[in-house]
Amino acid sequence: MNNIFEIINLNLWYGSKQALKNISINIDDNCVVALIGPSGCGKSTFLRCLNRMNDLIANCRIEGSILFNNENVNSDSYNEIELRKKVGMVFQRPNPFPMSIYENVIYGPKCQGLTNKKELDSIVENSLKKAALWDDVKDRLHSSALGLSGGQQQRLCIARAIAMEPDVLLMDEPTSALDPIATTKIEELINELKKDYTIIIVTHSMQQAARISDYTAFFLMGELIEYDKTDVIFANPKNSKTEDYITGRFG
Amino acid sequence: MKKQVFFETLYKLSIIFASLLLLLIIIFIFLEGFPALREYGFIKMIFNGEWQPTAKNPSFGLLYMILSTVVSTILSLLISIPIGILSSVCLVRMVNAKIKNIIMFIVEILAGIPSVIVGFFVLKTVVSFLYDHFYYMVGVSGNSMLAAIFVLALMSLPTIITVCVNSLEAVDPMYTEASLGLGANKIQTIYKVELRAARSGIFAAIVLGAGRVIGETMAVMLVSGNAINLPKNLLEPTRTLTSNIATEMSYASGLHQNALYASGIILFIMIMIINIVLLVLLNKGGVDNA
Repeated sequence: MNNIFEIINLNLWYGSKQALKNISINIDDNCVVALIGPSGCGKSTFLRCLNRMNDLIANCRIEGSILFNNENVNSDSYNEIELRKKVGMVFQRPNPFPMSIYENVIYGPKCQGLTNKKELDSIVENSLKKAALWDDVKDRLHSSALGLSGGQQQRLCIARAIAMEPDVLLMDEPTSALDPIATTKIEELINELKKDYTIIIVTHSMQQAARISDYTAFFLMGELIEYDKTDVIFANPKNSKTEDYITGRFG
Repeated sequence: MKKQVFFETLYKLSIIFASLLLLLIIIFIFLEGFPALREYGFIKMIFNGEWQPTAKNPSFGLLYMILSTVVSTILSLLISIPIGILSSVCLVRMVNAKIKNIIMFIVEILAGIPSVIVGFFVLKTVVSFLYDHFYYMVGVSGNSMLAAIFVLALMSLPTIITVCVNSLEAVDPMYTEASLGLGANKIQTIYKVELRAARSGIFAAIVLGAGRVIGETMAVMLVSGNAINLPKNLLEPTRTLTSNIATEMSYASGLHQNALYASGIILFIMIMIINIVLLVLLNKGGVDNA
């Protein structure tokens, strides 16, 4: 297997507060990595480093290397727009644009200048099929995305990210705003998608991490405590803090 | 418990009072204006340009003044809406908070100054300029439709900027993040997502701006020359519906007075049309309201 991300000595500060401390981690191609840990442990912050979303936050300072396909994306010379095309993101709250379903899916490709109607049509169909939403919405592609249920909206956001044909999908607690049935659907979808994409998912639910991920990283107070195969983390953690967390002693 | 009933009644009385006042205004204008509409005819009033209210055979054609109002409103909004939207985008997304706060402070003061002061400014700048450079043309004194348009644009600009800035700031950051996360650049994010998400606020800004522009009276009178004219040349003097009411009400009586009230009715209808058109535009293609 190939390392798609290689993070070396990553440190991050919000103003004077250090939010990530010396994180080093390698992420393999085509697998699902779950980031777990209590609130405020830095897992979402870490995730947002991977597509430079922290650029939007004033006073955020990042040191260290984030190698994506062997290129350091944590440098001014690396174009963050190129990065975000290859590293898509799905957010905690479903956030479809106030447009039609169709327009939502083609948003990314259109921003890259794609205008051919046929190509756009096929992107919409393929992306929605991959996101297991096509059958739900194929008859109302041009009605508002905001009329969909929460779970459907989140799958639309996944379809919208897939439409860019990224290598990696970052998911920031994608099911925390959804009901159990919609959550199951998203988890099934993640299982399907991992054939084609590397998926890095932040989750509050350890059961979810255990169900869907190949690897699990446990964060605590801005530090990466343990990173290993999910089976190992849950059955046989090496660090006692990890064990305390997954057995529910805190967090 | 009694306290709650008391306050509930207070709220209800307030809203009843406000709606009743509005209703009274409408009834009053229509009652006063109706005799002119009946005597002279509504159609004739809006399609005839001849306004001779004190002649032996008076005629109350409002066409030229209606056109002046429409043309000056549209042209001034064509200046103030794009500038207003662009500057609000710039303030919200392109400058730092400190500069934004300073500029917003100035804009809010400008929104509050009496429009006559804007009129002074235009009188000393645009009107003087036109007089100095075009005095040789027939009918040009500087006081003109063009000057009126400048007054109206300047006057509506602060309102439009303030409301646009507020609505852009209210756009949920999740839309911005979603757009940037999809590889869109800053400009694409602003125009394709943020302005779209702020649509209803921006339409509100336009409605408010248009309302101010149509209703403006004194500052326009100050610079427009106040002569009734078909608005075919922007350098010639003009008179809008509101200026007409303000100019003539002091000495009007009888049917003449009724005709002025009737121009109030027409103003009222024009504002209604603007509101309805904008509402339709907002809902059309507005999948966000689906």
